[in-house]
Amino acid sequence: MSFLEYNVKTVPTGLSKVLYLNWVLIILLITIASIGFLALYSVAGGDIGRWAEPQMKRFALGFVGMLVVAMVPVYFWRNTAALAYVLSLGLLVLVELIGATGGGAQRWIDLGFMRLQPSEVAKITLVMLLAAYYDWLDLKKTSRLMWVIIPVVLILLPTFLVLRQPDLGTALLLVAGGGLVMFAAGVHWGYFAAVIASGVAVVTAAFQSRGTGWQLIADYQYDRIDTFLNPSQDPLGDGYHITQSKIALGSGGWTGKGLLQGTQSQLNFVPEKHTDFILTTFAEEFGFIGAFSLLVLYCLVLFFCITSALQNKDRFSSLLILGVAVTFFLYFAVNMSMVMGLAPVVGVPLPLVSYGGSAMLVLMLAFGLVQSAHVHRPRMRA
Amino acid sequence: MKRPQREIDESARRITRRAIVLGGAQIVFAGALAARMRFLQVDEADKYRLLAEDNRIRYDLIPPQRGLIFDRFGVPVASNEQTYRVVLMPEDVGDLDDTFAMLQRLIPLTPSDLEKVRKEIPRAAPGAAVTVADRLSWDDIAEVAVNGPALPGVHPEVGLSRVYPQNGDFAHVVGYVGPVSDYYLSKIEDPDPLLLTPRFQVGRVGVEEKTEAVLRGQAGNKQVEVNALGRVMRELERKEGDKGADLQLTVDAKLQRYVQARLEPESASAVVMDVDTGDLLAIASAPSFDPNKFVRGISQRDYAELTEDDHRPLANKSVQGLYPPGSTFKMISALAALEAGVVTAGETFYCPGHKEVGGRRFHCWKRGGHGWVDLHTSLKRSCDVYYYELAERAGIERISAMARKLGFAEKFDIPMSAVAQGLAPTKDWKARRHGQNWVVGDSLNASIGQGYVLASPLQLAVMSARLATGQGVSPRLVKSIDGVEQPLVNSGPLGLGPTTMTQIRKAMYDVVNDRGGTAYGSRIVADGMRMAGKTGTSQVRSVVVRNEDVPWDQRDHALFVAFAPFDKPKYAVSVVVEHGGGGSRAAAPVARDIMLQALYGELPPLEAYPSGQREEIEQRQRALPLNLGGGRAGSDRA
Repeated sequence: MSFLEYNVKTVPTGLSKVLYLNWVLIILLITIASIGFLALYSVAGGDIGRWAEPQMKRFALGFVGMLVVAMVPVYFWRNTAALAYVLSLGLLVLVELIGATGGGAQRWIDLGFMRLQPSEVAKITLVMLLAAYYDWLDLKKTSRLMWVIIPVVLILLPTFLVLRQPDLGTALLLVAGGGLVMFAAGVHWGYFAAVIASGVAVVTAAFQSRGTGWQLIADYQYDRIDTFLNPSQDPLGDGYHITQSKIALGSGGWTGKGLLQGTQSQLNFVPEKHTDFILTTFAEEFGFIGAFSLLVLYCLVLFFCITSALQNKDRFSSLLILGVAVTFFLYFAVNMSMVMGLAPVVGVPLPLVSYGGSAMLVLMLAFGLVQSAHVHRPRMRA
Repeated sequence: MKRPQREIDESARRITRRAIVLGGAQIVFAGALAARMRFLQVDEADKYRLLAEDNRIRYDLIPPQRGLIFDRFGVPVASNEQTYRVVLMPEDVGDLDDTFAMLQRLIPLTPSDLEKVRKEIPRAAPGAAVTVADRLSWDDIAEVAVNGPALPGVHPEVGLSRVYPQNGDFAHVVGYVGPVSDYYLSKIEDPDPLLLTPRFQVGRVGVEEKTEAVLRGQAGNKQVEVNALGRVMRELERKEGDKGADLQLTVDAKLQRYVQARLEPESASAVVMDVDTGDLLAIASAPSFDPNKFVRGISQRDYAELTEDDHRPLANKSVQGLYPPGSTFKMISALAALEAGVVTAGETFYCPGHKEVGGRRFHCWKRGGHGWVDLHTSLKRSCDVYYYELAERAGIERISAMARKLGFAEKFDIPMSAVAQGLAPTKDWKARRHGQNWVVGDSLNASIGQGYVLASPLQLAVMSARLATGQGVSPRLVKSIDGVEQPLVNSGPLGLGPTTMTQIRKAMYDVVNDRGGTAYGSRIVADGMRMAGKTGTSQVRSVVVRNEDVPWDQRDHALFVAFAPFDKPKYAVSVVVEHGGGGSRAAAPVARDIMLQALYGELPPLEAYPSGQREEIEQRQRALPLNLGGGRAGSDRA
């Protein structure tokens, strides 16, 4: 029942596939990652070895992984989507049992050479499975309640596991990412309206439950939201992050203070300056021009992904590319909103720039999927 | 299995529609992000740049070096010593237990010290250092410095702290410095920012307090770049401050030490004044205390010991203590009467041992009376009845005026704490203060230095100096500030008749040097050093009993005022021994020893004393806890 099989012979094979990769996208990714290396070099006070070098190695590893994934025919990924999803659920359960604690939450499994965050993996496997699901599902059934409940359950399973860690940011990203794939697949508008309405209800419930026995999210998460709503209330505690982040960004001005000259980050006023708050370092030292350029680069990645998705007549491939693009968008949109004081501080990294192995690797593999879909897209006979 | 083309097209159409909606939404969101970025980085850039600078740059004050205080010959009385301390930056210390264990091997630290540090750490401001040990020896600090690499976050530091090398000798004169209290700050309108710097010391008592403005100096400042934890990363700019001015006192440290030692363990005070210049060569109050203990932070126990002592070591009796001057006031009564012309020196009165006035009987200290007495005899033998007669004739206003002329009720401008004004009572004063009319009995009491008359030992010394010179000399405590000689205060000749003055001085000479004088036992026999003086015994209670029969704190105060050498007066001395009993027995010998020490500039030869007393004097000299020239540890009375 696939969309692919009728013209598989027109798809490039062997090493010639390399020629059919979306090279513009690859160059964009390399550019963004390089900005990340620069920022990590600067944030370490001019030390390459501290963060920039390990990050480069991970990027190289991810890059190779991306190429490998890209070379594999996309139907393989469609066929293994369910398995990947189940595996990532397994990892989430595993992290619950043996996971190491960082920042008050169980989030990663120490693999020795890197710390694996199963929640990052789940973001992509969820997208894969949903794409495969809608590829399999009869178009006419897309908006039927029965067939809407199934993907919702698929989204909520990893979401609940992630919430238990507890990692509110990733949980929200999972819901948003999955929901947007469903939206792209053509599920009726009404469902989204209903979900948004119930989302509002859940948020209300979360706040209503505060301080009671059935409290839905952890105290520190409430505090972060409180702080977001009023950062000046607690300028030396949680509000400190947001306030200092805004000072760093704002003091950059048009052109920034120059490489290694950002006083806010160099003097440690900015918290988590090499991970979630790396944008502030970059924006402080390279100004509005630098930060805006980075935003444009991200948008170009989205643009090329969406174009690729639109060109692709294979339902799985299109949905997969859109899903990865949406996930990517959510990463940088939430991260930027957070450091610019538009959203509460939830632990979401700046994609390809923040220091961290799991997000980098998973994102590169996800772009491998995008490339695979791009290379193996069905082509009309001449 | 192929899908129908129709389905493929339908799928693509739907995805395209939704993808465009999604893409559009993403672009809108990205636009919002860009707008926010622009707002923060362009529109509000100036505001945030300012905040970033505020974050980064800190202005630190550089405390100035406090001015030093020397005695009149340049002997240091208050100086600054380098103190070594070990501080700890909590955020830099890896393992606190390891660090403590290591420190304990290097420097003396008790477990309770460490417990205190442990408690302090969570309370310290971010980036602030916590003092682990203070006032360490150079060796200890060197140990810590050498082991620096093994002790991350532990730093040896050098600071300046006040030290008083003369220990208790100048405790009442110079006072001491201490930390700035909230109460101290609350009293000042616009406090010097220096006062807010940690560990800053200000003068709390005495010269240290009164000349604070001179001694403190001007703070410098430095601009430093700090990191988020408040750690100084580098210095951007430095402006040194101005050191405080040095003070030179008029006091002679050697004499001061002698006087202090001679007074103890009595509760007593003494003043030695240069009769020409008014320079205070010694101004002592016993018992004393070690001011260094206050600088270092006195323990509860030590402080309680000082406050509970009935000899009141913390009180500066030489200027704060007010006593009825007793018979030392008689020169004033005599002068008042003679100058007013209501009596002549040769006129005699009969002393039967008492005088009846208005139905009340006023006693002479000598029950049997002195018989016929003239001015000379009245002073020499300290007859009270003679002065009752004079008081009746002269009246209180004249006596008070003369007292003021000789320094009574005058608040001398010397930089010491709580300088008391004393009292030379008048009719007006009594009406105002007590709402009662002055009665003649009050005049009688006043004439012999009892009743309402009150004077401090300093005022008594000024009186002796003025009697000796006839000049309105006033005391001076600060000789020079930063090398600039301070003016002498002298209101000029007192305008007293030279004959009268000679008569008074001659009588004072005979008080000490005539066989019938009340202080004959305390005479000086060395040529050219003869002393003139007057004894005084001021009553603490009204009932006359023998001093030996009552508790210490109800016995009479013993007073003695003197000047010497008689022919060419140089020094005036006053001595008050609280509850010492009679002035001739308890105060005069002390005054003589002090006078001799001042005249000779060292322990006087025994030949200066009458031959019969030399053995006893020699013993006393040897027993005196003196260690002239070197630092005398623990001079404060235990």
